[in-house]
Amino acid sequence: MGYILGSGKDLNMAHRWTNTLTRADITPEPLWLNRRQLIAGALGAGAMASIASPALAETLEPNTWEHITSYNNFYEFGTDKEDPAANAHLLNTAGWEIEVDGLVDAPGRYSVASLLEGLSEEERIYRFRCVEAWSMVVPWNGVELKDILDKVGVQSGAKYVAFETANRPDEMPGLRSPVLDWPYREGLRLDEALHPLTLMATGIYGKPIPNQNGAPIRLVVPWKYGFKSIKSIVRITLTDQEPPTSWNMANPREYGFYSNVNPTVSHPRWSQATERKIGGGLFNRRHPTLMFNGYEAEVADLYEGMDLKTYF
Amino acid sequence: MLIQWINTGLRKIPTWVLYLILLIPGLLTIAAGLTDNLGPEPINELEEELGEFALKLLILGLAVSPLLHFTRINLVRFRRAIGVMAFAYVMAHFLVWFLLDLQSLSHIWTEIAKRPYVTVGMAGFIAMIPLALTSNDLSVRRLGRFWRVLHRLTYLVAILAGLHFIMLSKGFDVEALAHMVVILAFLALRIGKWRRGLQSGVQRLREKILGRASA
Repeated sequence: MGYILGSGKDLNMAHRWTNTLTRADITPEPLWLNRRQLIAGALGAGAMASIASPALAETLEPNTWEHITSYNNFYEFGTDKEDPAANAHLLNTAGWEIEVDGLVDAPGRYSVASLLEGLSEEERIYRFRCVEAWSMVVPWNGVELKDILDKVGVQSGAKYVAFETANRPDEMPGLRSPVLDWPYREGLRLDEALHPLTLMATGIYGKPIPNQNGAPIRLVVPWKYGFKSIKSIVRITLTDQEPPTSWNMANPREYGFYSNVNPTVSHPRWSQATERKIGGGLFNRRHPTLMFNGYEAEVADLYEGMDLKTYF
Repeated sequence: MLIQWINTGLRKIPTWVLYLILLIPGLLTIAAGLTDNLGPEPINELEEELGEFALKLLILGLAVSPLLHFTRINLVRFRRAIGVMAFAYVMAHFLVWFLLDLQSLSHIWTEIAKRPYVTVGMAGFIAMIPLALTSNDLSVRRLGRFWRVLHRLTYLVAILAGLHFIMLSKGFDVEALAHMVVILAFLALRIGKWRRGLQSGVQRLREKILGRASA
């Protein structure tokens, strides 16, 4: 991907969110490699993990590349966490195109490169909270969705953005089982889509995003449960109607359109009050889930006056 | 011939050997967990593996009598070992959930009461306790006919376990449903047998009454 790393070209991009975490917060690769060797080698690995886990919870240390790329929910490649890493190599992302349609000024089929051209690439270290009550911290690279939407020109009637994942049964073996009504679909309200936190990611740890994490381009909405952050996007539609979304269609009682991270609203089958950060070993402790996954200050005003128990 | 050979072979195996064999997968999984070899989320992995193995043992237990009936392969001697080890795995599964996953004594009751899949799983676990406690020769002798009646709880346990698996899956989970299909199939085979038993019982009763009336 040969797009330019922009800097200071964001004249029309007010309220750009800045990371409070920096490069310095990322564990350097040699160090975490070292740590893995230690853990793998030590007989007292359990003791090691229990010492390490309180620190993990407090410092927002990004997860390792290995954990981020080997523990995934991407049902198009299978429903087990290890299935995407095992099967995603089948997906051919060369020549990837994204259909942009609906209420936009410049609809059409865009290559990823043309969509990203001239936009400033961001590095964002975000918490990632799965609806299954586990979490990670991921150092993403990508562009703000708003910049892409500005490029294609959102028309005044648009109220929502709908997204679709690739639907290629030959390259995505999970599509052969009817786990969900394929293709995978997600959506955001326009103001959520335009929020500076909302990212279209193309990389992790400065490397191209692996297929199992949603190559070549995926959404990242850090204050919502992970399934909202749709992967391997082939279609973006601007619409005036709330778009149908896959998990909501599958089970509307359990998965709402908004699906904001909210420790006070339980999933009908489990509590959302706590979470366990991936990578803490067998004696990993749970820690409290934060409202809007810790982004309350940034996004709470989007939902002012809304009953979040009704619009969960 | 082959069946006879298999049965002769099976008779030579002491039942304690099966206890040891069935212990191996659990011990290997726990060892993998302790040595950081269960992937990025070892607590869930351990919980799932122990639960799934328990369910498979329950299904194997249900398979013993149809196997004898249809193929004459006799595993009846090993049924106690299968059942007791199924209970051991359910117990381990419960302990991992409670001690490592939930990590809270105060939450256990709300979880059991509020989460239907936990309620169903707990009901299955509790129903297994009297079965495990009476899986010894003394209880079989003491309880007499009631022992057989009591141990029909196994069918309920299997259904609850299968249901528990389905209820905790996300989306349309083929694996969980397949387990339930197998459980129901084994129970259906028995329903045929029970119905025949009931029919012959009714028949005998009718003959008795009719016989008496005509006499």
